[in-house]
Amino acid sequence: MSKTYEEINDKIKKGTAVVLTAEEVSELAKTLSPKEIAHKVDVVTTGTFGAMCSSGAFVNFGHSNPPIRMERIELNGVQVSGGLAAVDTYIGATDCNPARPAYGGAHLIEDLVNGKDIRLEAWGKGTDCYPRKHIEAVINRNTVNEAIMYNPRNSYQNYNVATNGSDRIIYTYMGTLLPGFRNASYSTSGELSPLLNDPECRTIGLGTRIFLCGTEGYVTWNGTQFHSTKELNGYGLPVSNARTIAVIGNLKEMSTEFLRAAYYEKYGVSLFVGIGVPIPILDEDLAHRVSIRNEQITTSVLDYSDSSRLLGRTTYADLQSGEINVAGKKIRTSPVSSISKAREIAEILKAWIEKGQFLLSAPVKPMPVGTSLNSLKAENENK
Amino acid sequence: MTKKYILTFPVDATDRSVTYELIKKFDIRINILKAEIEIGKSGQLLVELEANEEQLERGIKYLKESGIIVSALANKISHDEEKCINCGNCASACFSGALTIKAPDWKLKFDPAKCIICKLCLKSCPLKLFKIEFAEQ
Repeated sequence: MSKTYEEINDKIKKGTAVVLTAEEVSELAKTLSPKEIAHKVDVVTTGTFGAMCSSGAFVNFGHSNPPIRMERIELNGVQVSGGLAAVDTYIGATDCNPARPAYGGAHLIEDLVNGKDIRLEAWGKGTDCYPRKHIEAVINRNTVNEAIMYNPRNSYQNYNVATNGSDRIIYTYMGTLLPGFRNASYSTSGELSPLLNDPECRTIGLGTRIFLCGTEGYVTWNGTQFHSTKELNGYGLPVSNARTIAVIGNLKEMSTEFLRAAYYEKYGVSLFVGIGVPIPILDEDLAHRVSIRNEQITTSVLDYSDSSRLLGRTTYADLQSGEINVAGKKIRTSPVSSISKAREIAEILKAWIEKGQFLLSAPVKPMPVGTSLNSLKAENENK
Repeated sequence: MTKKYILTFPVDATDRSVTYELIKKFDIRINILKAEIEIGKSGQLLVELEANEEQLERGIKYLKESGIIVSALANKISHDEEKCINCGNCASACFSGALTIKAPDWKLKFDPAKCIICKLCLKSCPLKLFKIEFAEQ
């Protein structure tokens, strides 16, 4: 049997759609076949709430009189992009002032969402049409014209596990890694993770409506570093970080419940982003995909002190048990993305759909296939 | 009983083998959690002392008579629960097992008895929600 987006949306509008979270459907799959699930369930909701460095926001400040072509822009002393004249900028989540590394672009974005005042200072060379050379002003969520979150690379499909085999502590974006393999951290939300529930992106593409930081957002493109030809495990899931999505949404409607600035010791600033993707159960294949359980999802354990050397593989069931056994070593594990928030996001998205407030959209353009990654060759290494 | 103390050594007391004396004379199990001592300068030891109440009292009397300032410790780790997103970064770093995050609810739990005040949670919380105060009982 198969269903169309229209049929599912009609049910959502009538309030008769059966919506389950990815955890609920995985539980149900212990007793029901994919065929039965395809018949019974219309939508499965997913969630993740992790630090996603490749995030940011476009902001338009409005024009002053006389106007300025902003070529160097600082917000609360943090330099942001001056390459989008005249009064647009892009605040990259990891933008920062090296003199004050613990406050950066992600904090500016959080402050904007919270309605806090932000000091703007900008400089231009002065042109015939934009004569002003310098401006100081106070901006906030209400004074700016647009504030649009646009994240080029989010929601990694199956991120790796980080550990440290060296004899010194290391500070990474995967958290503090203790020496001698005394801990390992993981950031993918396992069976709740968006791109693990539709691993080939059959329903995720340009135009897919999603939950983004407390409001609706959209998938706009494949995320950068989109790798669709990674090795698969026996359940058809990539065994290491593979696909990603680029997403967009109205920052003014977002909530800091699902968007938070982060600072990692000796690493820098990042942004916790909350994403939930609804998966329409169009057919048995998708029903089978969303039924995936933690013990069926394999991921790679890397030694971050040793050029990310592959130590071995493990599953999310083992990771979430608190201890993994890799390369003959027992290593204590902890998540570094919020599983409780991921669950909350899947529940909220489920409630929106059940109430008929959120309809599903079919991708306008599918994700690319057969992609792999180029690496960067450094020049003049021996000089 | 097991209690934690901060021992502050004045300049002229840093040359005595107090840990040896505590073990030998008073049969106290001593676990040094943190040491900041330089010979010729005042220093601090954070210790966990385990013995029966009487031995512990006598040991502490001895320390005080040796010119060491003994402060019982109520290590106060405070954590802004309202703002916590339960990401797990602090629990990952917490090798003593005081901070944990586990199924089924995946919410952060803190067991003060296991805390050894290494302060790694202060560094590891990406939201900077931890504060530790040394409080004297």
